[in-house]
Amino acid sequence: MSSKYSEEELKGIANRLRRRTIEMIYRAKSGHPGGSLSAADILAALYFKVLRLDPARPDWEDRDRFILSKGHAAPIYYATLMERGYFSEQVLSTYGEIDSCLQGHPDMHTPGVDMSTGSLGQGLSVAVGMALAARLKGRDLRVYALLGDGEVQEGQVWEAAMAAAKFKLDHILGIIDHNRLQVDGPVDMVMPIGPIADKWQAFNWHVLEVDGHDVGDIVRSCETAKTLKGKPTMLIAHTVKGKGVSFMEDNAAWHSRALTDAEREKALMELSFEEGRDHA
Amino acid sequence: MRKGVTMPENIALRDAYGRALVELGNANPQVVVLDADLALATRTSMFHAAHPSRFFDIGIAEQNMMGIAAGMATMGLIPFANTLACFASKRATDQIRIAIAQPKLNVKIAGGFSGLLAGKTGKTHQSVQDIAIMRSMPNMVVLVPGDGVEAAAAVWAAVEYDGPVYMRLTRDPSPVIFDDSYKFQIGRGVVLREGQDVTIVTTGLMGARALEAADELIMDGIKAHVLHMPTVKPMDEEALVAAARRTGLVVTAEEHNILGGLGGAVAEILGEKGPTLMRRVGLKDTYAESGSNEALLEKYGLTARHIARACRDVVTRRGTIEDV
Repeated sequence: MSSKYSEEELKGIANRLRRRTIEMIYRAKSGHPGGSLSAADILAALYFKVLRLDPARPDWEDRDRFILSKGHAAPIYYATLMERGYFSEQVLSTYGEIDSCLQGHPDMHTPGVDMSTGSLGQGLSVAVGMALAARLKGRDLRVYALLGDGEVQEGQVWEAAMAAAKFKLDHILGIIDHNRLQVDGPVDMVMPIGPIADKWQAFNWHVLEVDGHDVGDIVRSCETAKTLKGKPTMLIAHTVKGKGVSFMEDNAAWHSRALTDAEREKALMELSFEEGRDHA
Repeated sequence: MRKGVTMPENIALRDAYGRALVELGNANPQVVVLDADLALATRTSMFHAAHPSRFFDIGIAEQNMMGIAAGMATMGLIPFANTLACFASKRATDQIRIAIAQPKLNVKIAGGFSGLLAGKTGKTHQSVQDIAIMRSMPNMVVLVPGDGVEAAAAVWAAVEYDGPVYMRLTRDPSPVIFDDSYKFQIGRGVVLREGQDVTIVTTGLMGARALEAADELIMDGIKAHVLHMPTVKPMDEEALVAAARRTGLVVTAEEHNILGGLGGAVAEILGEKGPTLMRRVGLKDTYAESGSNEALLEKYGLTARHIARACRDVVTRRGTIEDV
């Protein structure tokens, strides 16, 4: 179900997702802005161009599956699902409130959420299970999992990497949001994960790399991945943590933080400038 | 319902489980089986032989296995994830919590070699905390069958129930206490013997040992009521409270730590709904060691004789206020 959106429109959508994310985290006084903003272009490309889905039928059995393995990017995930039509803006405004279906980390009982996540390192295993089940049931669908780069420090990720290769699950596309920062600082200092492409290749995966803020290239990489057979594919998306908000960019302090009134205002101003420029 | 006390037949729960899985696979095409390199030990090798396209060996990666099972369940399959009870309940606890219990996915987890009787592998492979851990997880049903008949019946009942189930299995042949007419129901306790002097609440293999204890107690003029709880969660509170009221004394018996397992569950319920003098037979908050089955049960206080002794102890204290 390829959409009509142009590359320029996708950029505009990504920016809108960023602004909604800032508003949500500001209102809830809680959330993870850095890793949400770094994933904005990836989610815009997936949900508005790549994934086969139908927001009117969130339980459609033949839809592609998406797992936000880095569950702390929930705000931008919810903004994406709302913009794509899974639920209303009114529902989005309940993020962080008691009784809301929008939990701090994704829960699969929310319309459009295919799997509950939040404890890092688990999503790729679930993707393997979905991909095996799809094959067993003869369903032609693809499974996408978005991981953080710090997340691959979890051993379970590599257990899943082995299993996906063993079962030749070429309908899995993993994406690493490689923003190079984690809670305690630079990934390379906390616990180096490099050489990351070589690791995935050694685990018998196809590896693609992309500028994670170039929506056009992200879409093209996802299309290329569909043609790569016999092994799963990992797309390493090079991103900037906090992308789009100057004072958040490349700053680990914004991994998880609420915004002051002034910070919210400045962030939204920068993002509206971005959107204006995109549409100029 | 119960066969004669002198029933010579012994069946290992894992064998009964393995055979039941094969039959279940014949009846239900949605059933798939995962194992973590222990298919020979867990007896899922039988399912592998019968239904090769629905068997998945995940290798020595229990955490990954639980996640894969969860992913399969979101697609409408009914996965049985298999490993030893010690690994299922501890190595993969977070995966079970996040990916299975919280979303209430339809995954069945079978823990083999539970309790102390895990060959002579010792404390690393014995499992004396699994009931407590699984019981503390919201949404998890905890089944602890007492013999091969009940283990096979539990497999079918687990599939009829839509949601996560933990099933505790054992390694070595043990006495059969039910016949084929037995109707297992999740959440229902089973009276193995009627009596009015003391209630022995059992789970797992302690059912057969409690019956032996009840025989021994008859010689002392004590008629024990034996209430078997193959479902530790949700516990059959009605049957438990009724038995406790009737006898006024309760002894619990489990091959598990006395903290948090059957004894803990019974104490929680009776503490609120009918305070009753109790004794808990089980591991006294200790890890065990390698040894023969007989030696282990003897040293760690899990034989029929130990159950009978606990019963005599509470009977002599009936009506007294205990000095702890």
